[in-house]
Amino acid sequence: MYIVEVIRLSLHTLVANKMRAILTMFGISIGVGAVIALLAIGNGVQSYITQQFTSSGTNLIAVIPGQIQRGGGGGNPFGPQVALGMSDYRAVIGSVPFIQDSAVDFSGLGNFTYEANQSESALSGVTPSYSAVRNWNTRIGRFIDESDYGGRSRVVVLGQTIANDLFPGLDPLDEVVKINNVPFRVIGVMESKGSSFIGDQDATAFIPLTTAQERLFQANAQTKGGDRRISSIYLQVQDDGARPLVTAAVASLLRERHRIAPDDPNDFSVVSQTELINAFGAITDVLTVFLGAIAAISLLVGGIGIMNIMLVSVTERTREIGLRKAIGATSSAILAQFLAEAMFLSLMGGLIGIAIGVGGAYAVSRLADIRPEVQLSAVALAVGFSLAVGLFFGIYPARRASKLNPIDALRFE
Amino acid sequence: MPEASVQKIEVSPKGIQSHTKGMRSHEQRVPVIDALDIAKTYKMGDIEVRALCGVSVRLYAGELAAIMGPSGSGKSTLMNILGCLDQSTAGSYKLDGVDVDKLNDNQLAAIRNRKIGFVFQSFNLLRRTPAIENVEQPLIYAGIGLRERRERAKAALEAVGLGDRLKHHANELSGGQQQRVAIARAIVSRPSLILADEPTGNLDSKSGAEIMCLFQRLNEDSGITVIFVTHDQRIASHTRRIISIADGKLTGDVAVDDQILACPEEGVGATR
Repeated sequence: MYIVEVIRLSLHTLVANKMRAILTMFGISIGVGAVIALLAIGNGVQSYITQQFTSSGTNLIAVIPGQIQRGGGGGNPFGPQVALGMSDYRAVIGSVPFIQDSAVDFSGLGNFTYEANQSESALSGVTPSYSAVRNWNTRIGRFIDESDYGGRSRVVVLGQTIANDLFPGLDPLDEVVKINNVPFRVIGVMESKGSSFIGDQDATAFIPLTTAQERLFQANAQTKGGDRRISSIYLQVQDDGARPLVTAAVASLLRERHRIAPDDPNDFSVVSQTELINAFGAITDVLTVFLGAIAAISLLVGGIGIMNIMLVSVTERTREIGLRKAIGATSSAILAQFLAEAMFLSLMGGLIGIAIGVGGAYAVSRLADIRPEVQLSAVALAVGFSLAVGLFFGIYPARRASKLNPIDALRFE
Repeated sequence: MPEASVQKIEVSPKGIQSHTKGMRSHEQRVPVIDALDIAKTYKMGDIEVRALCGVSVRLYAGELAAIMGPSGSGKSTLMNILGCLDQSTAGSYKLDGVDVDKLNDNQLAAIRNRKIGFVFQSFNLLRRTPAIENVEQPLIYAGIGLRERRERAKAALEAVGLGDRLKHHANELSGGQQQRVAIARAIVSRPSLILADEPTGNLDSKSGAEIMCLFQRLNEDSGITVIFVTHDQRIASHTRRIISIADGKLTGDVAVDDQILACPEEGVGATR
């Protein structure tokens, strides 16, 4: 029998049994779609997390007081035992090479009030370079500049969350808010960074570092040595290759300045974005495995669905097989027909499944702030698996039926 | 051993107007069916069941015959072997001069496709499939192109009086019409032999009579050889030869001189 006849015959059969064909295709589509959607979302989450780090500045190294515990946060900047001071900062940028730009912040809590509205949020005193180094700009207005810094101005740049809390539906520019009862003029609002696993990054406000050290946080603003205390130093390295060198240079300089004995641990931490990404990479790997397991289960369930419908349809069609043998079909002609049918169903189901998977992933991305990434390998895996299942369970019972004596097959009830 | 039966089978068929010209001419007298001493033994667990023990049948082109017997007599087994759906365990069987005993499965399929047309009690049409496509099926396996298939299927449906039902789905037709489609499917490959297994068993008596009339007319007009397998005396009475079987053996083989015509009112038989 010519291949054209086989294809024509199977298409006729599929059209004559639309419901069965649609159900079979549906089973395949669901399995394929689930795998593609889940893997796309998993990849999306992974790159979302990576992006959370890189968005706060590339080639960025942060120096913070205290030793970061594995899985824990940074040290307490107000703790008595450890501290970073402005002189540490000046020594670092004065002697460590390959530093392109740098910024300092000194943070605490602020009680923000505007008329009846109130908000308790993080407050950071920063240098004017902070915005550029963290790669974080204002949405409206401007960031703190050199004259604000030099003049210890009472100006504030609000994060989006605080702006929303204090000025719902209003323009905050040039309004005066009270921070810990000290009046500040609003000069800008930051771009929204959204919330992440770190917390709401928009629930923070920025004032000049000098203003913070001398007007707001005076009580905590001194180290033991009488230096002005800071919470973190941000260093932007010229290129990624210089990062290990800078990290090592900063560490040895600070150890020397803090007079740490050779065997004692650092009383500060030098953290790079890459290291944080690597640490969280372990978490996202687990996530990917987890999503992969769910995808595998849905593929299995889809496969069982295909198997059921194929088995039932071949059993149902035993009489047809008997008739075809009686009117002169050879076993191989019958097998070819079922093979073509199964192949067509699996392929069509697979294609529809790709559409469902991609569509589903993007539908999820509309609900959550995740950009799904459909990978070719996931598509190939899903379609390959359902093709294999569809073909195997299409052929196996057909092969058995084609071997039946035509009379037995004809009498089959 | 069934010497007497073999003698009787030599009853010569009358009035052959074969449309399959030349090679199967009357003078050559090559039988369509030449079965000699065929036996069939089934194994059911440890028990051997002898369904047929030494049956000999010879049938010439243009005959209209019935194989009769009660259920369990072995008539279905005989039909299966004659129809190349099954093979005998002993004896020899030549269909249209071809030695069927030595053929493999694929060759048997080809023989069924070209030389035999089946009509079943339960029609066995493809549901939700147009009549013309049902009739085409054997030609697909014969490797005949689409256009010729359509033409031949249409001609076959017209021959059974369904020229106006070509596009109707099998499940939209009445029982009698479905059986006509099945008959069209059986004759479309121009077989040497049509085997009809209780063709009226699922029909009311009026439709049954129409179907028998159709068989008689096809036999008279086109010289198609038909064997009915039945236990229904009325069907047998429409044939010209009755072969009886019981307990796996031939018990009778008689020519019917006064064949009852199924459709005298249409005058089909009377015109001859």
